[in-house]
Amino acid sequence: MPPLAQRNLTHDKVRLAVTLTGIVFAVVLIVVEMGLFVGFTVTTSSIIDKSNVDFWIVSKHTPYIEQGSPFSERKLYQVLATPGVASADKYIVRFTQWKTPAGAQESVQAVGFNPYTGIGGPWNVVEGNVADLKTPDAVMVDELYKKKLGVTKVGEVFEIDGRRAKVVGFTRGIRAFTTTPYAFTSFKNAQGYTNLKEDQTFFILVRAVPGTDLKALQRALELRVRDVDVLPTAKFSSMTRIYWMFTTGAGVAVLIAAALGLVVGVVVVAQTIYATTMDHIREYGTLKAMGAPNSYIYRVIITQAGIAAVVGYVLAMCVSFFVVRASQSGGAVILLPWQMAVGIFFLTLLMCVSAAVVSINKVTSLDPAMVFRG
Amino acid sequence: MPAAISVRDVTKVYIEGPNRVPVLHGVDFDVEQGEVVLLMGPSGSGKTTLLSIMGCILRATSGSVQIAGREVASLSERELPGIRLKNIGFIFQGFNLFPTLSVGENVELALDLKGVRGAKAKEESRRLLEQVGLGNKYDALPSDLSGGQKQRVAIARALSGSPGVILADEPTAALDSHSGRNVMEMMRELAQKHGRGVVVVTHDSRVLEFGDRIVHMEDGRIAEATAEIAA
Repeated sequence: MPPLAQRNLTHDKVRLAVTLTGIVFAVVLIVVEMGLFVGFTVTTSSIIDKSNVDFWIVSKHTPYIEQGSPFSERKLYQVLATPGVASADKYIVRFTQWKTPAGAQESVQAVGFNPYTGIGGPWNVVEGNVADLKTPDAVMVDELYKKKLGVTKVGEVFEIDGRRAKVVGFTRGIRAFTTTPYAFTSFKNAQGYTNLKEDQTFFILVRAVPGTDLKALQRALELRVRDVDVLPTAKFSSMTRIYWMFTTGAGVAVLIAAALGLVVGVVVVAQTIYATTMDHIREYGTLKAMGAPNSYIYRVIITQAGIAAVVGYVLAMCVSFFVVRASQSGGAVILLPWQMAVGIFFLTLLMCVSAAVVSINKVTSLDPAMVFRG
Repeated sequence: MPAAISVRDVTKVYIEGPNRVPVLHGVDFDVEQGEVVLLMGPSGSGKTTLLSIMGCILRATSGSVQIAGREVASLSERELPGIRLKNIGFIFQGFNLFPTLSVGENVELALDLKGVRGAKAKEESRRLLEQVGLGNKYDALPSDLSGGQKQRVAIARALSGSPGVILADEPTAALDSHSGRNVMEMMRELAQKHGRGVVVVTHDSRVLEFGDRIVHMEDGRIAEATAEIAA
C-alpha cells in the first residue's frame, strides 16, 4: 500500500505536533500516576520484601507491618526448635520520636534487627557499614531524610525517645510510605527507643533450611507457636500493600488519576485523529468511489493512529526517563519497571486505535457520491 | 458484444424526510464499447445522478443497469465496490488526487486497490503515466502540476486495472481550453484505441467535437433532441 497513512499524518506538521503532544502528555501522565502507584506499593512493603526471609511471625491478626503488637520473645525459642528452621531473629518496626539538637521533634520508625546476621537490616548503604550498628546507640538513616531529621554527617548525635542515638551511616532510597523515616538500629537499641519490654519482640523473621517444604514448615510453626500468625513473606508484603494502597484509599486515588490520564489521552488523540480524518475526508470519499472497501480505509486510519502511538510513546518514554530520574531524589519515587513500560506501550496503542474508532465511524457513513458534488 | 453500459427504465427517488423527490424518470441509455458519449443538460437535470448509478455509486430505485452485460442494479451495497473496482474508472472535475502522495503513488494506490503491488505496481504506474505523457513526473507531488497535468494523472489512475468503462464528471471544467482539448483527445483515444465505453458529463461546449454522441438530459429524462455526431 502506498504510504497514505504516513503522509496524511506528517503532511501537516502543526497538526502532527499537536497529536504527538497530546499522546506524550497522556502517556507521561499515565507513567507518573502508575509509576507513583508502583513506587508507593513497593515502598509500603520494602522492609518486608528486602528482609530475604521465608516467614514473618507476627502477633495474631496483624494487618500490616506498622500495626505489629509485641509478644513474648520465648516464642523465638519455639521457632528455633522447629525442624526445618535455619535461623530466626527478633525484629522491631515501631513509630517513635526523633529529637534534633534544636529541640524539634520528628516521627521516625525504629527498625531493630540483629546486626550480627544482618537479616532485616538496611540495604543500599552509601556511607558507613551495617556492622557499625553493633555499637551501642548507633543508628542509620536514609540520606533523603537528612534535612528532615537535621542530620548533616556521620557521627552526629541525636535523641530517640529520650535516648542517645548516634548516626553511623546513611542509606540511599529507603523511603517510607508514611513519609516517616526509618532509623535502622540493633534490636537491643530499638527495644529502648520504642519502650519495648526486655523479653518482648514485635516480629520474628524466619529462614528455612534450604530445600525445606515451606508449606509443611508453616503448618509446623503454626502448631508449635501459639497466638501468632505465621505469614510467608510474600503474603505479609501483599497484606501491607493492600492495606496502604486500597484500605486507606491512597492507591485508589492514584489509580483514578491514572485512569483520568488515560481518558484525557483518548480525548486529545481522538480529537486530533478525527480532525486529521476530516481534513482528508474527500480523499476517503474518492477511495470509496474508486471501489476501496471500508476495511481498506480503516487500515489507513488505524495505521495513522498506530504510527502516532509508536512515535508518541517513544517521545513520552524519553520524557518519562527524566521524570523518573528526577523522582529518585524526592520523597515520592516514581518507578517504571519494564513490565509497566511494555504494558503502557500496548495501552498507548489501544488508546490511539480506540481514538481512531470515532473517525472510522465517520468514514463508514461517508457517501461516495460526495465526490461528484463540486 | 454487450454494450459497455446498458441502462433500462431506471428511476431514482430520493427520500428527504417525509418527501419523495424523483430525480430520474425511466431513463433508457446505452454506451457502446469504443464510444464517447457526452451527457449534457442543465443543472438538476439528473446527469450526475445517472452517472453515479452507472458508476455503481448510487443504486437505482427501479430499473436495470448492466455493466459489460452483468446486471448490477440488483446487487447489494456490499457488492458494488467490487464492481466499481473491476469495471469502472472515474475522472472527477476536481481531479481528486491524493495531495500527500506523489504522482506515481497516486496511480499505485489505485493499482493497490486492484491487487497489483510492489515492483509490478511501480512498473505499471510508470507505463500509465507515460501513456498520458507524464512519465517524467513520477516523483512530483500533485501540487507541483498544472491543472491539465493533474487531470492526466487522474486519467492514468482511472486506467489502472484496464476498466471497460470510464466515467468522467466535468473533466475539463477546471482546465484552460488547450488542456481541456488535450484531456478530451485522450478520452477519445481511450475509447477508440482501447475499446472502452466513455461517458463524459459536461457543460463545456468546447468539447462537443470529441464525442461520438451527445445525450441531453432534462428534468430527469433523456431529452428527445439527442444528437449523433457525424464522424
